[in-house]
Amino acid sequence: MKVGLVCPYAWDIPGGVRSHVSDLAMALRDHGHDVSVLAPAMDPACLPQWVSDGGRPLAIRYNGSVARLSFGVKATQRVRGWIREGDFDVVHVHEPVAPSLSLLTLWAARGPLVATWHSSKDRSRILAAGYVIAQTAMEKVRGRIAVSEEARRTLVGHLGGDAVLIPNGVRVQDFAGTEQLATIATDRPTALFLGRMDEPRKGLDVAIQAWSAVHPSDAHLYVAGPGDVAEHEALVPASLRPRVTFLGTLSDVDKARALRSVDLYLAPQTGGESFGIVLVEAMASGTAILASDLLAFRHVLQEGRSGLLFTTRDSSDLAAKATMLLGNQGLRDELVSAAHERVRDFDWDHVVADVIAVYDSVHTPGERVTEDLRGQIVGRLSRSGDSS
Amino acid sequence: MSGWWIAFGVVAVIVIIIFLVYLSSTAGRLDHLHKRIDTSRLSLDVHLLRRSAVTLEIASSGFLDPATSMLLAEAAHEARLSSDSDEVTRSQAESDLSEALRAVLEPSDVEEIKAGVGGDEMLAELAAACQRVSLSRRFHNDAVRACRELREQAIVRAFRLAGHTPWPLMVEMDDEAPEFHS
Repeated sequence: MKVGLVCPYAWDIPGGVRSHVSDLAMALRDHGHDVSVLAPAMDPACLPQWVSDGGRPLAIRYNGSVARLSFGVKATQRVRGWIREGDFDVVHVHEPVAPSLSLLTLWAARGPLVATWHSSKDRSRILAAGYVIAQTAMEKVRGRIAVSEEARRTLVGHLGGDAVLIPNGVRVQDFAGTEQLATIATDRPTALFLGRMDEPRKGLDVAIQAWSAVHPSDAHLYVAGPGDVAEHEALVPASLRPRVTFLGTLSDVDKARALRSVDLYLAPQTGGESFGIVLVEAMASGTAILASDLLAFRHVLQEGRSGLLFTTRDSSDLAAKATMLLGNQGLRDELVSAAHERVRDFDWDHVVADVIAVYDSVHTPGERVTEDLRGQIVGRLSRSGDSS
Repeated sequence: MSGWWIAFGVVAVIVIIIFLVYLSSTAGRLDHLHKRIDTSRLSLDVHLLRRSAVTLEIASSGFLDPATSMLLAEAAHEARLSSDSDEVTRSQAESDLSEALRAVLEPSDVEEIKAGVGGDEMLAELAAACQRVSLSRRFHNDAVRACRELREQAIVRAFRLAGHTPWPLMVEMDDEAPEFHS
């Protein structure tokens, strides 16, 4: 099948949607499909051959952070050119309400179109307004996908209708190596916290509060993630300083190494997690997990079978369970082997089969995605601009 | 005085033009939605046919006992025959096939089929067809819902923008797939 994927955010800036699109593209290629991606790019020279340049993006404050988006007549022309040359069986756009290439694609194309909603942020009024403005484009989407239950609820609650839930995949093999991170001690029990330090809902304070009660008394806590290291180091009580090390921000490769190097991965998040992809990454690395009992985490960890759960926000419960786990290699091994089975459900290789099923369900034999020029003045202008 | 009348006339013409553009774009949206319903229905039909075809194949493979094979073959046959009948007969026959598949494909049967030559592929094909039936039915009903919402708007009804296109119908049927894991 010939598939076109559209990413609304700049290809050369790291981000959740961008890595989802690139992982999906690779998984589809592994399944023998012909994939072309359209994405904005800061530097078109660095794009791999299967990514088409959607134009230089503008940095715009959008959705609570700075996003790099492409729009306007030029971007519309690129989208149209890509659709004409691609001759796709299915075009799959991501985050279609973002004012960028995805929305332009829905507007400029007709045929088997699929869209995935990523954001679960409750911006209902803007979403609803955006939907009304872009209704003609949105109504062309034949198959809607949401990446999390929360994203689905946001979408269905405010736009009506239905959406299929297909969670994010994880490239399990990327985490399954054996290399370790040299900075992590091997002569004592170790645990790792991953996530933004300055975001209270990641629960770093719960972990630090618990740590003085964790045995054995040389058990070491490593903290990795973006945020001001000095500021957070100051929050650690003096007596605990020798047992806590801040690693700062880690690259994806080092994150996997760090996970493999420790005895225990701590996920003390206090809420707002829609899926818990970090848990899946820890499972793929073969690290025992201790996580708060949020709904999403209980689901991923099968109610505690593939990772232990503690009462959310309860640092004494965290301390008790961490002590138990660090002192019991057998229990850790048991959890790790259950997690090893469980993680296959989240592997891209498995997830992509569901995406392909959606493609098959919206595609009738022999159908292609073509340009849609009906009632679109700008579309006609850019079309006539191309031929001149 | 006549200046006011001219101004009034110009405004009236502009309002009428905007209204006509709005009408035409709404008619365009409606047209899109009707076409989307047609293709989603077609796609559902394709996957329903695939499902009954692969069920027949499994029934005639000889992997299962004769009674089970007969039951499956009959349900699949009925479902295929019903593709020429009215909607009610059709969704009844397809629902019966879903029920027959669920009743028949117990874990032990799944094992038996898997043990046969080519059985693995047949099961995979059946699982794929079942998944696609249920997905395309959801997508079809979603298109019907969007179309109905638009057709219920006063302006669409007042100007009969839907023309003679029949009121779109959802497909109601039991499409729950059997458990394929043994």
